Amino acid sequence: MTAIDSLYVSNIQERVIRLGKATRELDVSEVTKAVRQMCISANYNVPEGSILALKKALETEESSVGKEVLARILENHKIAREECLAACQDTGVAMVFIEVGQNVKLIGGELYDAINEGVRQGYIDGYLRKSVVTDPLFERVNTGDNTPAFIYTDIVPGSDVKITVAAKGGGAENMSGLRMLTPAAGVEGIKKFVVEQVAEAGPNPCPPIVVGVGIGGTFDRVALLAKKALTRSVGSHNAHPMYAKLEAELLEEINKLGIGPQGFGGRTTALGVNIEFAPCHIASLPVAVNLNCHVGPHESVIL
Amino acid sequence: MAKRINTPLTDDVVRTLKAGDNVLISGIIYTARDAAHKRLVALIEKGEQLPMDVRGQIIYYVGPCPAKPGMAIGSAGPTTSGRMDPYAPILMENGLKGMVGKGRRSKAVQDAMMKHNAVYFAAIGGAGALLSKCVKEAELVAYEDLGPEAIRKLTVEDFPVVVVNDAHGNDLYEQGVKEFRIN
Repeated sequence: MTAIDSLYVSNIQERVIRLGKATRELDVSEVTKAVRQMCISANYNVPEGSILALKKALETEESSVGKEVLARILENHKIAREECLAACQDTGVAMVFIEVGQNVKLIGGELYDAINEGVRQGYIDGYLRKSVVTDPLFERVNTGDNTPAFIYTDIVPGSDVKITVAAKGGGAENMSGLRMLTPAAGVEGIKKFVVEQVAEAGPNPCPPIVVGVGIGGTFDRVALLAKKALTRSVGSHNAHPMYAKLEAELLEEINKLGIGPQGFGGRTTALGVNIEFAPCHIASLPVAVNLNCHVGPHESVIL
Repeated sequence: MAKRINTPLTDDVVRTLKAGDNVLISGIIYTARDAAHKRLVALIEKGEQLPMDVRGQIIYYVGPCPAKPGMAIGSAGPTTSGRMDPYAPILMENGLKGMVGKGRRSKAVQDAMMKHNAVYFAAIGGAGALLSKCVKEAELVAYEDLGPEAIRKLTVEDFPVVVVNDAHGNDLYEQGVKEFRIN
């Protein structure tokens, strides 16, 4: 062994010892259990933030048909919670966002297999609809267990594993849009695009809706930002005051459209607008809109 | 005050329905989504018989959740109707009288509704648990391989819907936005 080799080995040994102390082992079967549970629970239990927003809308809605629709929606969500039924029959594709602390050592199997097993068990045991086809164009055969999950992984500092499951329905998803604006378009350009997108969607995404907006990043990233924005509860605001103000302004503009509950006309077109933003290229101002209906199932857990 | 109607629909009943009416449907309705529609229309084009007689009937655009033990059906709310637009006119030509879904219909579908005296209803999207209570029986009719997209015969009681497009060319979605849009 040369001097350099021995230095290398001792460095490695040191690092292993250091890491060994800080490493936490997590059996991926825990991930399966958590994903299974969240798939079921998210589809039965409409998030509290959405319920509060619906109750508030029931008080303020001016359309009598709109009021009636909101009351029925609240009744639906109550039945779903109390009788353990899916609030909406479109129990979606299972979006799984997983943040793995870099000090965590995953043992007992493959992480993605564990996630898919959780989705499979959750959708079967929870009597949820299976809505995934094998390929998008030619065969379109239902996979029968709602796998594969749509997984996004982030490595983060620390020793925790945070998992968010969002069941994403197709009706609202189909009304999404993305535009590569230029910087000159500015706030007005963003507002125009978002409001137009919601107007165009009209009654299709089952209003009242939740509007996820991504601003910045790149073509691919901005869509993910919009989707992640929908995993934030209705009624929460972006931590950046200017983006929080933009959320409020957009909500006001959207509710002037008159689409109303289920598109029958009214003041409650959206329950909330959630924006997520990211740095971007000097030449770009990407914007994406991803919609959820009033159900918008999502849940998180930290393991 | 909701109007109560029974299936199959007669031309007279269809004519009395107006955009904005609250309606409670009772009787038999059939489920079908995109994949089933594609097969139905292919059969019509080949001159073959359909797995059910659509004359006077209502098709409900829904792919329900599996039924829990002791229940007729799982959560069963409407899916977006626009995806069935390419197939709907030919079904109306063959006698279909009603459609239940949610969201806008194309000009071609609205024209076909006027021509063939048919009606389009919306059920509340995202209220599948509530709507499942109105489904008393569910029976598989065809295309089991499509899973949630199979055609089922549902027996419904007072199934709540709203008339969106009537046979006279009125559109509730347009009327609603016109009434409530600011500036």
